Amino acid sequence: MNAVALSPFDLAIAALLIVALAGLSLRLQLGVERQLLASAARSTIQLLLIGLVLKVLFDNARLPWVVLMAGVMIAVAGREVMVRQKRRLIGWWGFGVGTLSMFVSSFTVTVMALALVIGTTPWYAPQYAIPLLGMILGNTMNGISLGLDRLTQDAAQKRQIIETRLALGESWQGAISDSRHEAIRVGLIPIINAMSAAGIVSLPGMMTGQILAGTPPVEAVKYQILVMFLIAGGTGFGTVVAVSLAARRLFDERHRLRLDRLRLAGK
Amino acid sequence: MLPWRSSAARFEPTGTLPSLRLDQLRTRHVGPIDLCVVAGECVCIQGASGSGKTLLLRAVADLDPHHGEAWLDGEACSKLPAPQWRRSVALVVAESQWWSERVGDHFERGVDGAWMELLGLPGAALEWQVSRCSTGERQRLALLRTLMQGPAALLLDEPTGNLDKDSTQRVEALLDGYRRQRQAAVLWVSHDPSQIERVAQRRFALHQGRLAEDGFE
Repeated sequence: MNAVALSPFDLAIAALLIVALAGLSLRLQLGVERQLLASAARSTIQLLLIGLVLKVLFDNARLPWVVLMAGVMIAVAGREVMVRQKRRLIGWWGFGVGTLSMFVSSFTVTVMALALVIGTTPWYAPQYAIPLLGMILGNTMNGISLGLDRLTQDAAQKRQIIETRLALGESWQGAISDSRHEAIRVGLIPIINAMSAAGIVSLPGMMTGQILAGTPPVEAVKYQILVMFLIAGGTGFGTVVAVSLAARRLFDERHRLRLDRLRLAGK
Repeated sequence: MLPWRSSAARFEPTGTLPSLRLDQLRTRHVGPIDLCVVAGECVCIQGASGSGKTLLLRAVADLDPHHGEAWLDGEACSKLPAPQWRRSVALVVAESQWWSERVGDHFERGVDGAWMELLGLPGAALEWQVSRCSTGERQRLALLRTLMQGPAALLLDEPTGNLDKDSTQRVEALLDGYRRQRQAAVLWVSHDPSQIERVAQRRFALHQGRLAEDGFE
């Protein structure tokens, strides 16, 4: 690989775009210039930091450090899933459902890919493990938060229908089944769309990055296909687990709908 | 054929197994409530809106967390699986709810043609789209949906709330026939004094979460 190394000056040219956009926002009184600059600065700092962290991690490729890094990533993703919910499960469940399902799906899929498909030595080689987990986690996080949000909103809106079905003697599984199916479907739509449009409408980010960094296109494409499938698997199984756990939590042992176990965000 | 209107003969609860019994039942703002509705009896509850009538019925159907116990023929609610209890002690709410497009999809066991006729509904009603039914048609269909499960006790929350006079009489007649034929215990919330006069053997007023028995004036 012979990638063209970027100098700080090269990045500054790209940064001019942000500054120009902020100027336009000021001129048109859009009021987003402050947010725009702040988020650009934030992403610069965050990415530089993670670059440093990854450099240290790659130099000390030992299992405990990789596991620690993965643990931090998953905890942050779990918090992100919770924050995105309009109605959250109260107590530890709000954080736990998303985090546990991401752990189950993303970890399994990543470890499977590392050990069985890519076959690096050692299997936890951080150059592969961390970016792979990051991509799978990022997408799984989206699917899970979309699915959970849909489920809890649906349960709150369709309370009367669900309780009528319970009153007719349906179990909680039957009473929530429509909302559950819908929530899982909603969680899977983004990755299905991404797979259908890949290569025709959009060139996926990872593949683009590899090509820019000098990898032959066909090799980059093979990696992209692998990653797509891993993401779809992680997102799909993660969403199914998260939505099912949350649906279970919405009912108690007497098959009663317990919307008191949800609270609106910000309250 | 079922008689069009029942004679409101006073039921004497002696020597029979009590069908539906509430024992120190307490839920939000309501109770403790002790009440016995024997097999084949219809007990009416009236009370101002907000007095907790609906909450009481929901607690009996075990749809809300509550204290105390409800019994059906000596079987405790908490000892039965909740779905089984709710099929035996069935709640019918005022605003009927539907989840499929077609009416018939909500009837697992089909429907009794004679009952449809009695309620003034054509046999083709099962093929109707729910969205095209009037509120009154939906309410009558929802009652049939519950009765088709053959519950031993009925918890009725304003079952004729959205119905005109003719439909109200039809529903009362059907419920009267069901109660007699199946010896069902009926707990009926109504705000219409003349309806209570027609259907109730005993009646209570719910006031500030407590039940008080009313005699017939």
